[in-house]
Amino acid sequence: MSLLEVSNLCKTYPGKRRVMALDDVSITLKRGETLGLVGPSGSGKSTLARAIMRLVEPDTGSIRFEDGDWLALRGRALRQARARLQMVFQDPLGTFNPRASVGGAIGDALRIHNIGARHDRADRVAVLLERVGLSADHARRPITQISGGQRQRVAIARALATAPALIVLDEAVSALDVTVRAHILDLLVNLQQQEGIAYLFVSHDLAVVRAVSHRTAIMEAGRIVETGPIQNVIAAPASATGRALVAAVPRLITNPPAKEPAP
Amino acid sequence: MNFVARFIRSPEGIAGLVLLSLLAAAALLAPVFFPGDPLAIEGRPLLRPFEHPGLPLGTDRLGRDVMAELFHGARASMIVGISAAAVAILVGALVGTLAGFGGGLIDEALMRVVEAFQIVPGFLLALAFVSVVGPSLTVVVIAIALGSWTGPARLARAEVLSIRERDFVAAARVIGMHPLEIAVKEVLPLALPPVMALTSVIVAGAVLTEAALSFLGLGDPNIVTWGSMIAEGRNVLRSAAYLSIVPGLGLVALVLGVYLFGEGLVEALARREGQG
Repeated sequence: MSLLEVSNLCKTYPGKRRVMALDDVSITLKRGETLGLVGPSGSGKSTLARAIMRLVEPDTGSIRFEDGDWLALRGRALRQARARLQMVFQDPLGTFNPRASVGGAIGDALRIHNIGARHDRADRVAVLLERVGLSADHARRPITQISGGQRQRVAIARALATAPALIVLDEAVSALDVTVRAHILDLLVNLQQQEGIAYLFVSHDLAVVRAVSHRTAIMEAGRIVETGPIQNVIAAPASATGRALVAAVPRLITNPPAKEPAP
Repeated sequence: MNFVARFIRSPEGIAGLVLLSLLAAAALLAPVFFPGDPLAIEGRPLLRPFEHPGLPLGTDRLGRDVMAELFHGARASMIVGISAAAVAILVGALVGTLAGFGGGLIDEALMRVVEAFQIVPGFLLALAFVSVVGPSLTVVVIAIALGSWTGPARLARAEVLSIRERDFVAAARVIGMHPLEIAVKEVLPLALPPVMALTSVIVAGAVLTEAALSFLGLGDPNIVTWGSMIAEGRNVLRSAAYLSIVPGLGLVALVLGVYLFGEGLVEALARREGQG
């Protein structure tokens, strides 16, 4: 039984040049699995992520999440159900209200979903912060006064707060520098092993996707052009977009003639 | 550098602050310096300024102390100006935020209401409202706010339209926050600073509107205002021009002070934007 089933999703943005951002897109995701969604910019991968988050309403198609009709939820029912499906955004600064504190941002999620009694929310925030590798002291810091990597950890803690089954990560490490990126990817993999959370990992960078994904789907111009286990796609990309993405991955080759050993 | 420090560095802001502080002190200390009713008769009518040591600014046609009237009038002008601006900005910012954030039909409906208020000249609206409801301080405040809340509403809406596209609003929706809470607690505080910059213009306008209403005899008859003093002096404008000039100078000082203060505020805000 799959956790998330997206079927035949279509979305056209209105305007003079009608852009078909999603063209008959179908993907599935099992519990505890990571699907890497890769594609060049403008391929519709962010629209797909936002459609799954109900931030963009698709024109046609269906989404089933935890065996319910996800697109049929409205108002209060949708707000409550959102606890199980969370998102981490690309820009670690833009994803928080500039006036918020670290503890306030995470506390909001707990308050809205009525998790824990009011007086022990501070303890829960501390536990969440420690789970993402920050200390409880960070709770009082303003969000503007911690580093980008720390902010992305706070964003992950906020997503974890409501015990989701699936977290959509929309270019979640793209704005971070390389060493910080590696730490965040490690954190994500560890959390998945401990909690069995599924990830939809959206990125333009196949190297990053390879580090965390079980399967990958490649998007181009609003369509899924290729899906499969991540190793297979990297070893033998079937689509032109897939080949272009594999070719675009930078490599550190010290002695060019020697072929890179298979992982 | 914090906000106060930035404010202090702007000469306009300082000049405005000094001017406003003096006027506020005059308004607050009016009952101390001039206890009793400023409308009471204190001496011979139409004493010129500096003629009588006890009545430094002279008396009006009925023998009332102009100095006492001036101090008490500062009170009315400042109260009306500040409360009318507060009401206008509060209502405007709230309506603008709801329109911008709600979008669609809510936006259309609210903005048509805004336009309905905008096409009627503010002063005419205040005049009609006071004539119908009857003059009192509260009514005058509401009447002035009626004509000046549309500016803040439009500005707040424009701000909200850009803020609501930012990721943190999407993030708030993702964690399941109620749209009304997002609008009021997440978006409104960020849309407010540029709207607050309108304060000075609105306060200055409100002071002048109040004076004009009083001049037309539509102010609260039980309190002295600078507008009613000018109206009173108009009858003897050629023989005792000082009766109109003294409260007129008060108005100039207040409006100028508010403008300069607002200018300093805007500059301090802009500097922060530039740094951020």
